[in-house]
Amino acid sequence: MIRFSHVIKEYPRTGRALNDVSFHIAKGEFAFLTGPSGAGKSTILKLVFMEERPTSGEVRVSGLQSTKVARREIPILRRRLGIVFQDFRLLEDRTAADNVAFALEVTGAPRDSIPAKVSRLLTQVGLASKGTSYPRELSGGEQQRVAIARALVNDPMVLVADEPTGNLDERATRGIFQLLRDINASGTAVLMATHNLELVRRSPYRVIEINRGQIVYDSTDSTESRVATSSPQPSN
Amino acid sequence: MRLTIREVGLGLRRAPLLSALSIITIAFSLFAFGLFGLVALNVSRALQDVEERVEIRAFVADGTPVEAVSAAVGDIAAFPEVARVDILSPEQALARARRELTEFKDVFDADFLPASLEIRLKPGFRDPETVRAVAQRVQTYRFVDDVRYGEDWVQKLYNIRNIAGASGVILGIAFAAVAVIIIGSTIRMAVLAREREISIMRLVGATDGFVRRPFLIDGFLKGLVGGIIALLLAWLAHAAINRYLIETTFFAPSLAFLGILTGGVIGLVGSAVSVGRHLR
Repeated sequence: MIRFSHVIKEYPRTGRALNDVSFHIAKGEFAFLTGPSGAGKSTILKLVFMEERPTSGEVRVSGLQSTKVARREIPILRRRLGIVFQDFRLLEDRTAADNVAFALEVTGAPRDSIPAKVSRLLTQVGLASKGTSYPRELSGGEQQRVAIARALVNDPMVLVADEPTGNLDERATRGIFQLLRDINASGTAVLMATHNLELVRRSPYRVIEINRGQIVYDSTDSTESRVATSSPQPSN
Repeated sequence: MRLTIREVGLGLRRAPLLSALSIITIAFSLFAFGLFGLVALNVSRALQDVEERVEIRAFVADGTPVEAVSAAVGDIAAFPEVARVDILSPEQALARARRELTEFKDVFDADFLPASLEIRLKPGFRDPETVRAVAQRVQTYRFVDDVRYGEDWVQKLYNIRNIAGASGVILGIAFAAVAVIIIGSTIRMAVLAREREISIMRLVGATDGFVRRPFLIDGFLKGLVGGIIALLLAWLAHAAINRYLIETTFFAPSLAFLGILTGGVIGLVGSAVSVGRHLR
């Protein structure tokens, strides 16, 4: 699903961000990516959705190799991934439903199929009645739910989340995390970068800890990784 | 396409002030370029009018048989540089002199004036070298007493035309460059305002073409509207100059259309460059 092989990433101005990083995320797995700010978590996620390419080594995502992928293939890859950010990245002048629909429209999905799918997804994230609200009319937790609905709209194989609870209060954090676990339980792999050690400690999922661009701890070998569909769901 | 049109509409609605500013900037940049174009066009027309008066006059010796002159006229008219040849009899020469020169007002006897050939050259053959070469060939006819063509005047006219042409090209390039830079910056500002939207589009898997298309159409339309406004302003300026100063010529419809299209193309290219930066 996602495989990093001896990945080094260097930036011209800031130097080496990742140093010989190798790991594998299996289909349906839930993994946390933790570490201090500037450790390289976001760089790893950018490499996953190929916003960046490795300086050396290889990243393989959903069959596409960073060393061989053509520019025109990257949008196709992103449609197979769901991407969620700390700052939600919603289009402010569109309603929640339009934000979700937008991700379907760019893929050229049939027009008539869009409303039903958007409605189903908003229901799934608990926002069935907020489809006509604009992002500014929603709370942080609700905005993140819209972003998650948008990320799920193309039935991704992996959901990549960069500090999805970073801007949320405790209650909203719990709600979003539960939603991510439900998504994982339905078979979608989740790779979540987070600072929230409390959340990590309470969960039975794999933890990959990064520090200064290197993996300093991996709670499990990828071959033994716990696949969500077979792992027990902890209660909150 | 439906989506693209919707995105263009959303872009315009989202930032109406910025859109209006872009259009106005494009309009005034093209207006300045258009005014320069009008000046260049009218100077060129004026020079062309003066140039058309470049002629070689060959004075025919007294007593030359009419047949000889007619044969020579046929010969000379066949020169590749020559547009037309007219024979001017002494009487016609006097009539013209009385018309144009007041000191000939009381002269009625044309005997002292020689007959002459008036040779006009085709456009593109009115430079000093060609005029001199044709004059020398005409001079070789035995019945030709003298050939005059205002050598100094032709040389000066030629110099003025060259200076006007070179300044026109340099100023034209400078004006066009300024217009392109200003329009490019304005469009870049408009694209920057939608930077976040572009990044979101890319994150959800929009292809570069999908992201680029609304911006290209937006830039092209703004350029087109700016071009139309610029043309309108130029026409108003032309009308005011005609009314209060001097009679001038306006752009031919094809040139005016080309001007509007240039606005569109500058808008399109400006958008393509600006969006391209965000897609790298």
